[in-house]
Amino acid sequence: MDKITMEVVRSDGNKTRYDLKFRKGMTVLDALIEVREKQDPTLAYRHSCRMGICGSCGMNIQGMPRLACQTQVSSLGKETVRVEPLHGMHVIKDLVVDIDPFLAMHTFVKPYLIRQDLKERDRSDREYRVLSEEVERFLQFDYCIMCALCYSACPTVALDPYYLGPQAIGQAYRYMADPRDEGWEQRVDLLDEAQGVWRCHVAGSCSLVCPKDVDPAKAVQMARMEILKKRVLRKRAKAGSPLVSVAPAAAPKQGTKAPPFDFRREGT
Amino acid sequence: MVEVIDHDVVIVGSGLAGLRAAAELLSTNRGEGLSLAVVSKLALMRSHSVAAEGGTAAVLYPEEGDSLELHAWDTIKGSDFLADQDSVWKFVTLCPEEMRQLERWGMPWSRKPDGRIAQRPFGGHSYDRATFAQDKVGFFEMRTLYDKLQEYGGWARYEETFVTSLVIGDGMFTGCTAIDMKHGKFVYLRARACVIATGGAGQLWKFTATSVSTTGDGIGLAYRAGLPVEDMEFMQFHPTGLIPTGILITEGARGEGGHLLNSKGERFMERYAPSKMELSPRDVVSRSIMKEIAEGRGFKDEDSGLSYVSLDLRHLGREKIDSKLPFIKELSMKFVGIDPVEDPIPIKPTAHYTMGGIPVNDSGRVLDENMREVKGLWAAGETACVSIHGANRLGSNSTAECLVYGRLVGRDILAFLSSQAAGSPETVSQDVAKEEARIFDGLMKNEKADEDVYAIKARLKEVMDRSVYVFRERAGLADAVREVRDLKERFKGVRVADGGRLFNYNLQDVLEVGVMLELAEVVAQGALNRTESRGGHSRLDFPQRDDASWLKHTLARRAEGGPQFSFAPVRITMWKPVERKY
Repeated sequence: MDKITMEVVRSDGNKTRYDLKFRKGMTVLDALIEVREKQDPTLAYRHSCRMGICGSCGMNIQGMPRLACQTQVSSLGKETVRVEPLHGMHVIKDLVVDIDPFLAMHTFVKPYLIRQDLKERDRSDREYRVLSEEVERFLQFDYCIMCALCYSACPTVALDPYYLGPQAIGQAYRYMADPRDEGWEQRVDLLDEAQGVWRCHVAGSCSLVCPKDVDPAKAVQMARMEILKKRVLRKRAKAGSPLVSVAPAAAPKQGTKAPPFDFRREGT
Repeated sequence: MVEVIDHDVVIVGSGLAGLRAAAELLSTNRGEGLSLAVVSKLALMRSHSVAAEGGTAAVLYPEEGDSLELHAWDTIKGSDFLADQDSVWKFVTLCPEEMRQLERWGMPWSRKPDGRIAQRPFGGHSYDRATFAQDKVGFFEMRTLYDKLQEYGGWARYEETFVTSLVIGDGMFTGCTAIDMKHGKFVYLRARACVIATGGAGQLWKFTATSVSTTGDGIGLAYRAGLPVEDMEFMQFHPTGLIPTGILITEGARGEGGHLLNSKGERFMERYAPSKMELSPRDVVSRSIMKEIAEGRGFKDEDSGLSYVSLDLRHLGREKIDSKLPFIKELSMKFVGIDPVEDPIPIKPTAHYTMGGIPVNDSGRVLDENMREVKGLWAAGETACVSIHGANRLGSNSTAECLVYGRLVGRDILAFLSSQAAGSPETVSQDVAKEEARIFDGLMKNEKADEDVYAIKARLKEVMDRSVYVFRERAGLADAVREVRDLKERFKGVRVADGGRLFNYNLQDVLEVGVMLELAEVVAQGALNRTESRGGHSRLDFPQRDDASWLKHTLARRAEGGPQFSFAPVRITMWKPVERKY
């Protein structure tokens, strides 16, 4: 392969084709930069870090949401590379889409450490003690670069703009799984809704397209499981509930691992 | 007509320094009674700080042997004695609090077996004090701060808004002009206080570790407003930039035990720095690599034509690489198809960090050429020059600087605002209309324009890579100055090919390149002037440090016909300069 054609869907809905020389190691972003610098300065796309960590260059490449900077042209196996804006999002210009609704969902799930005593939380003279295995419980979900690929891939988001979406649920779960956090109740109230975790129908496309292996689908399932557990516990707490004598096996066993959400130790 | 928007505080730039300043302003009294705007030419969480990898320096456990004195000494020695020592001292005393503050806000620091925060060795530090979260430290710090800001309402975000000028009258900041890319508007953001936190100018070079957005905008804003810029000839070339693009392979890779090998398989650092080896400061390691290559002991990449040496991690083993350096593995595999568990990584020095910048005092207040404060204007992070890094920054001190000064600036602004009565809205300065005319009548409607901005930019980067790289000498630097001046001439006829308003990246590229050319001239001319070798500035024709003539900061101011230079003394309060050996 020594030449390629970039076929880019523009704001007006028409496709523009650009012929380029192929170089070894060329990414789709390299190709788009070459188009803007050598052929068409009006082509609009976002990019910044070139190394898959800033989350700017999400777009639909050969029918899949991907990061342009870490998609090798050679890996697509075709001489014509089809590039479109992320599906399911409002197009502002060419490959630039409006990510504000997506960001609003992230903010909505309270993505920060919540503690009952905020003054105590904000002090800077000592750290909470957290064990490596406890960090492991939430670290994977903290890899999210907010590129919106999962949001664009989600068939449920496409049908229901009020659905929280895989990114936001993943981030809610990230903080729920953090042993330093005490905001469990508040976030459950946000997620335990028809348009929260229960709206997901487990297509799994979010995890398939995630460029950082965050696995939002897993986060949704984990959040569901924890919410169910919590419901059982809440109902049991009510006097006279028929669930009082039901399923003791659901309670965490004593003396094994620490329960995931009941950890309030502090440093010395 | 220009849309005028009023705020108390405008933060320009949303990297670590900008977000930390915002967090300080908002977490104090939950931002009550304060109108804050955070402006970025990117979306807020996209800034280049996310690319910081290895660690953030802080003395966390003095009871185990580290000390503030040691951190200060390492930093000052690393700076080749150009750092201002009283500022370094203040800086190192505040670093530990920042690590713990972020921890309390959710930062996923890697941990010691007992649950305390873990630290790793880093170049030039004589103690393991690089606080880390895997090898994505900057990314996690950015996420923590961005998420923290979501806790507070009542602040305004101006994303994808490109600031084009500062409006300063009678030594006082009054506002800044900006292009709102998303709505295609030209706006005037009027405020009582402004923080410039837009990062460095790594994009002046072609082989660079920095994001495409790191074009020195903020330094250019100050320079174009007639304020001085300091020590711009000191650019840090990070030893391990991935061939062929220059993206960063963290120093943490050597901190975890990685070796540098030449084409004969030798650990060549033995020749140059036998005691610290691969963990010498970056300027030392970069010079060593370039010497090996110059003396024929490098490799050559046929596709890019670049020469390189190897970073060998194979002996660390899969488990350590996967747990401590997963991002390095991901980058190597995705960008060059190399698994560091199996093969060495090809690297060479890459443009990384701008030691110079806008001169500020210890509270981050911007200073004019007489070292007087500009009222209402602050700068923090890589944009600013305190100077705590002098001629060479130590690894893991930059993210620390962003956090410490972001916070100091936030505090100082709160004190500043409360000491002042809110003024009644003033008339809009003439400068705003002039700036609008410069862009929308001058640049966009220049019918005779035929120069291609991308050709100019490409040429600039070639010149900088060729003559203003790790080693420099008179002829090359003089050539570079001449070439940059020619490019500036050509730029007068630059063409804006996109006539649109929404997301006109072509116009943004033109505005950025205009600034880059001015800064490149300051860098090249400053490097030509400085007839000594110190830290990141290494002259083949003047290989020695010359304290008698050059133990001083360079200041450059914009004037007709090019920058005008003056000098400022270095504040030496703790240690007299000695020979720097590792």
